Amino acid sequence: MNPTDLRYTNDHEWVRVEGDTATIGITGFATDQLGDIVYVELPATGTALAQGATFGVVESVKAVSDLFAPISGEVVATNDGLSSQPELVNQEPYGSGWMLKLKVADASELDSLLDAAAYDALNAEA
Amino acid sequence: MPYGPHTAPDRERMLATLGIASVDELFLDIPEALRASPLRLPDPEPELELASRLRGLAARNRVDLVSFLGAGVYRHYSPAVVDQMLLRGEWYTAYTPYQPEVSQGTLQSIYEYESLIAELVGLEIVSASHYDGAAATAEAGLMTCRATRRERVLVSRAVHPHYRETMQTYFGSALQLDEIPLVETGPDAGTTDLAALERLLGDTERPVAGVVAAQPNFFGLLEPMREIGELAHAVGALFTAVVEPVSLAVLDPPGAYGADIAAGEGQALGISPQYGGPYLGILACTEPLVRQIPGRLVGMTTDVRGQRAFVMTMRAREQDIRRDKAASNICTNQALLALAASIYLVTIGPHGLRDVAATGAARAAELETALAGLGIERLHPGPYLNEFAVRIPGARDIHRRLIDRGFLAGLVLADVEPGDPAVADTLLLCATEVTTSTDIARFAGALAEVLGAMPPVAVEAGPRSGAAR
Repeated sequence: MNPTDLRYTNDHEWVRVEGDTATIGITGFATDQLGDIVYVELPATGTALAQGATFGVVESVKAVSDLFAPISGEVVATNDGLSSQPELVNQEPYGSGWMLKLKVADASELDSLLDAAAYDALNAEA
Repeated sequence: MPYGPHTAPDRERMLATLGIASVDELFLDIPEALRASPLRLPDPEPELELASRLRGLAARNRVDLVSFLGAGVYRHYSPAVVDQMLLRGEWYTAYTPYQPEVSQGTLQSIYEYESLIAELVGLEIVSASHYDGAAATAEAGLMTCRATRRERVLVSRAVHPHYRETMQTYFGSALQLDEIPLVETGPDAGTTDLAALERLLGDTERPVAGVVAAQPNFFGLLEPMREIGELAHAVGALFTAVVEPVSLAVLDPPGAYGADIAAGEGQALGISPQYGGPYLGILACTEPLVRQIPGRLVGMTTDVRGQRAFVMTMRAREQDIRRDKAASNICTNQALLALAASIYLVTIGPHGLRDVAATGAARAAELETALAGLGIERLHPGPYLNEFAVRIPGARDIHRRLIDRGFLAGLVLADVEPGDPAVADTLLLCATEVTTSTDIARFAGALAEVLGAMPPVAVEAGPRSGAAR
């Protein structure tokens, strides 16, 4: 059910790697659990993130949750559209609801992430 | 007579349900050294004798003095309706109205408080409410760090010393708090040194999250708030104005000079001066900072039947949901005191508040003139509203002698700034609309007597006091 070209974390972030750029967002499962998202707080461009570091928060009508970097890297872009349209995360979590782009620091970290089948299995347990 | 809500059988049942033998077992996780030791209370006394003893203790408070003390807490006339309304039992509710379906009255009172303060400070967002001005100012400092993701705040030395101490307590060792020095001489003496501020802001190794200055400042002087804000904004820092709410009826509100946050003590709005509180912390900000402001926010909405309704909003960042990652651990909203401020403001209205502020300023000018007649000059030359400092050799001794004569001659500044030679032998004096011309004339007379009775060294230091008699 989740796109097979992405990698996933146990914390429900996804990452898409193209060249040395990684695009990051949260999964459809996460948005279903959170409900209507009303605010996304993202880091400044140029911020260096370590794998597993908190990079922002996502606020829904129910809760505020931390966002964790799936891999290490420097923030090269954030999705400015989310400041006025946070609902894009609910509508297209893998498309226009993306959150940030990183310059990949260590591609081998991708191996520690889940593939779509493993992530589907994780959610089936939940 | 037991005053606790639980009977012995209640306790037994609860302990049995928990499977423990004593209440003490609930606290075993706390190291013994950190547990409260047993209270050492005196033996019980008959109520008659106890009441008499407590009355004796209370009688040691001096409430008969003609007071010229301000320094952060101000005497104002509070219309009788304020205290009378506060006596209504409906307001005596537990902390936070989490359930809108049973709390519309409380929620509406908080909504109205927030609306009134928003109008007064000229900023969109107001939270209700904080312990006091010092706590609100410290929260403002933390807000600027969260919003900018920087770790250094600059606070003017002319912000109330207790507020600066409280900021330091909140900041701990995790965040840096640096003081902006004051202009020492010339027409701007006693106000924030803009050149020094610019130098402090220029330290690119330690970027500044926020700049904090007070209007009027601790010495009663008016600060160049717009310029301070512009310097802060030029380096991407936020600007916090510490305000005295009554003054906002005649001074520019923070929103008009570019402040991002306003913090201050709300006591002046209908709350009597008390020995240490409880008071009311005001905290307000611009809309872009709404997710950084701690405390309760109440919004107006419509319920399922389309009727007007009030509800707490932006709840998701509060500590009951966000635990240790909440915007703050603030957990009271001082609702009764916020209500007092609301009733005060709507009772006297905008014109009334302007009269209060303007009359206080006029009385302070009268006080300055009366003191000048004794040869006592202001410490700083710049404009003030209703509070100013004067230099009097032997200030602490004179202050004490005036208490014997029934006058509270303001604050001995050296008591709060003991290491600062700039405030040695000075008094901070205040007048408000409750200060009368008779009070001022009698105070000047008593001061002249005290100065005349001073030892020779003090008389030499103030020669014109002799001429005035």
